[in-house]
Amino acid sequence: MPDDPQLPAAIFEQVLTEARGLGVQDIEAIVAGGSHALTRFANNTIHQNVAERTAHLSVRALIDGRTARASTNRLDGAGIRDVVEQAVAITKLTEPDPDRLPLAGPIECAPLDRFDERTAFVSPQERARAVAEAIQCVEAAGQTAAGIYSTDLSTFSLLNSRGVSVSYTETLARFSITAMASDSSGWAKASACRVRDLQPAELARQAAQKAAASRAPSELAPGRYTVILEPAAVLDLVGQMFGDFSSTAIRDGRSFLNDRIGRKLFGANITIADDARHPLQSGAAFDGEGVPRQRLALVEHGVVREIAYSRQAAVQAGVLPTGHGFPLPNEIGEAPMNIVIAGGAASVEQMIASTERGILVTRLWYIREVDPYEKIFTGMTRDGTFLIENGAVIAGVRNFRFNQSLIELLSNVEALGPAVRASGEETFDMVVPAMKAHGFNFTEVTRF
Amino acid sequence: MKDLALSALDAVARRGVSYADVRALEIREREITTKNGKAGHVSGAESFGLGIRVLASGCWGFAATDDLTRDGIAAASELAFQIAKASSAAHKHDVQLAPEDKYEATWVSPCRIDPFTIPIDRQLASLLAVDAVLRRQTGISLAETSMHFERRRQVFVSTLGSVIDQMRYLSGAGFSALSYKDGEIQKRSYPNSFGGQYQLKGYELVDELRLLDNAPRIAEEAVALHSADQCPEGEFDLILDSSQLGLQIHESIGHPIELDRVLGSEANYAGMSFLTLDRLRKLRYGSELVNVVCDARLEHGPGLGTFAFDDEGVPARSTDIIRNGQFVGYMTSRETAAQVGDERSNGCMRADGWARIPLIRMTNVSLEPGRQSLEEVFDAEHAIYMETNRSWSIDDKRYNFQFGCEIGWEMKRGKRVRMLKNPSYSGISTEFWNACAAIAGPEHWTLWGVPNCGKGQPEQVMGTGHGASPARFRKIRIGSAYAG
Repeated sequence: MPDDPQLPAAIFEQVLTEARGLGVQDIEAIVAGGSHALTRFANNTIHQNVAERTAHLSVRALIDGRTARASTNRLDGAGIRDVVEQAVAITKLTEPDPDRLPLAGPIECAPLDRFDERTAFVSPQERARAVAEAIQCVEAAGQTAAGIYSTDLSTFSLLNSRGVSVSYTETLARFSITAMASDSSGWAKASACRVRDLQPAELARQAAQKAAASRAPSELAPGRYTVILEPAAVLDLVGQMFGDFSSTAIRDGRSFLNDRIGRKLFGANITIADDARHPLQSGAAFDGEGVPRQRLALVEHGVVREIAYSRQAAVQAGVLPTGHGFPLPNEIGEAPMNIVIAGGAASVEQMIASTERGILVTRLWYIREVDPYEKIFTGMTRDGTFLIENGAVIAGVRNFRFNQSLIELLSNVEALGPAVRASGEETFDMVVPAMKAHGFNFTEVTRF
Repeated sequence: MKDLALSALDAVARRGVSYADVRALEIREREITTKNGKAGHVSGAESFGLGIRVLASGCWGFAATDDLTRDGIAAASELAFQIAKASSAAHKHDVQLAPEDKYEATWVSPCRIDPFTIPIDRQLASLLAVDAVLRRQTGISLAETSMHFERRRQVFVSTLGSVIDQMRYLSGAGFSALSYKDGEIQKRSYPNSFGGQYQLKGYELVDELRLLDNAPRIAEEAVALHSADQCPEGEFDLILDSSQLGLQIHESIGHPIELDRVLGSEANYAGMSFLTLDRLRKLRYGSELVNVVCDARLEHGPGLGTFAFDDEGVPARSTDIIRNGQFVGYMTSRETAAQVGDERSNGCMRADGWARIPLIRMTNVSLEPGRQSLEEVFDAEHAIYMETNRSWSIDDKRYNFQFGCEIGWEMKRGKRVRMLKNPSYSGISTEFWNACAAIAGPEHWTLWGVPNCGKGQPEQVMGTGHGASPARFRKIRIGSAYAG
């Protein structure tokens, strides 16, 4: 565990004392920190190699319906005093909100163990050795490697003057690699709370295989195609919609679920939950006010069922909070952050074998929202895009731009793979399956 | 700060490194937002720490800490050194640096009104006044306003003997109005989307933006978009306002000219570039009208990429990127300049705070103003005019892009004939810039701030500047976002 697990409570004691001295009764503190190290490589050599140690105190005061936050990374006595004074001073200058709730009280929350001693203390030498081995795998294929190997230790504690005192410690390791041949590339990435669950050399081999298989890509005309999206592609695209499963987003009129809750929006084979306690998930068991995260059945057999409620949103809606609120004050409200999309039994190989003509997609890139209500997103394929004909991958193809409605995509799914923890670059890690879907809308093709 | 930085430099230099630099950084921030008539996120933050970069055994090592005790600095120095040594396990060649001079300098960015001297209640009241005007328009579901202020003081010291003390003030403000109606969401923002306008200025920026004066029009347009026609699909002449053109420059010129990206450093994440070394001084990037510079000097304006020295101690410079349509320059660092045989870096290394290593980042990458009047820019037989970015996407080598805007108008002979909703356009970077047919003059040129440019692993978020005047482009693909 981290050096001093008693530190957050000791810091909060001083926060409380300083606040009381200023006549403020309601005070909340977040004490967060950690150490983060990342070894980065490109052109088959380590070119950036960094480590950082950070600590952070954020204090929120609540005075007569007013609230504001001040933060610092000076955690000595003077730093703590100054940040409490600042939080109180700016809180007094904000406008009161008659709907503002009092601070949350304590709720029993079973802890989650996502700390791994070995991951917390991986040395630069260990990372460098694993990177060297991965580079060798790619070099052996006559290709060039680029990527990262990172190991993080993060701690987060939330305490308030009404007795909330919750803490969470997590380790996380990530390995990502791009293998580049003369006119093609391949990519693989994984993350895990325990470094022993990562296999850098195996990921390197997968990336090199994709780069080799997509050599001399041909250009296909844009249009509607059957696609097989590998888990990272599903994650980065479908993962864009979950901020809308929020009571506040619906109330604001910015969610595509306005007037759609309870409706069958997707295919009957789509079931999605938010589950912080899923064994492949990461993250704390409580939200930004210390409320335990509840499991949410977001989508059941294509029907939108449940959404997230912060404490404030729950009061407005007359329901119980679900434990998905962000630290206050904020404008967003809440969102599910531990997405699990139920999988199926089909492997990617079986999906390919069952496809007469289609596109296999490794990864998607630069995904942005085009239409917020129809949930149309644009983006590009990247690092391994293949043509499938008559049940086999026959060639690499140049990368496509897509403009695709997620509502339509999730209505067109024909097969699902087993759900796995996936890691991409466009959204946070989730547990998702590979998907085969028809009618995917590729609108343009690029030059490589 | 100077003493802390020098003590860290001393601790690491004693180990026999071939080069080292230390940045001590003190950051103060203030964020104020409102949402539908209430105070939203009101916060203040401060952060202080050291970033130590060393070159040892031919490799880079970097460690950052906010433990500023003697022991904390010693531990970070040791870690930076050990990381550099460890890097030699996968090491092909020693890092070489282009030469640089020693500088001792102090610089403060121009700031007429220190934003931190303005009470928060006054700033909040200004935003709530805008918010009230937005919500006066029937049909507005969500009104949001924001202000953001930063003060960053950085002391840079290096084993070259440089000691550079810089203070930069940054301000930003803006608002948006969203309307949900009958299964459609429309939004307008002012003066730009994603938080408004950001510049290297004090609170005077907020006064200059005239937020309150523009609120009624923006709210009205957000609601009117529901009744507007869908933007047609096809090939049309395209006219862009300067804020959208600023983002077009950012994505289709700014990123491709990063030399670290060209050389492969970003291949796993941000990607590479179509501007391979063989294209320098050979590629026709744009029409004869297109002139683009990368300029961090104050003479260029108060951009988010304006400074006196970059984060490896190189003085701010202006570099030609495109001259009369010809591609002529990259953004470089000391390391990449040495790799391609340049005599010196052109000063584009920037880090997101003390905990991150400097990378090549855009400074102010700007399209020089043209000679046409605004009337001449709009004087097309038939064109689509678009304002204010809504979505942006480009491939990982920066060829194919697609942008969506919040609002458009069909234009005939310089006159607006109808409002268009959901406008978008797409193309290939060089084809787009070669289609440039008119650029408005300096009186219409604005230096826009992009506060949220992401790059690097771990990701760094940087503010960049982009100057542009409204411009017209021939036969651009329009409406592709809703095609199919």
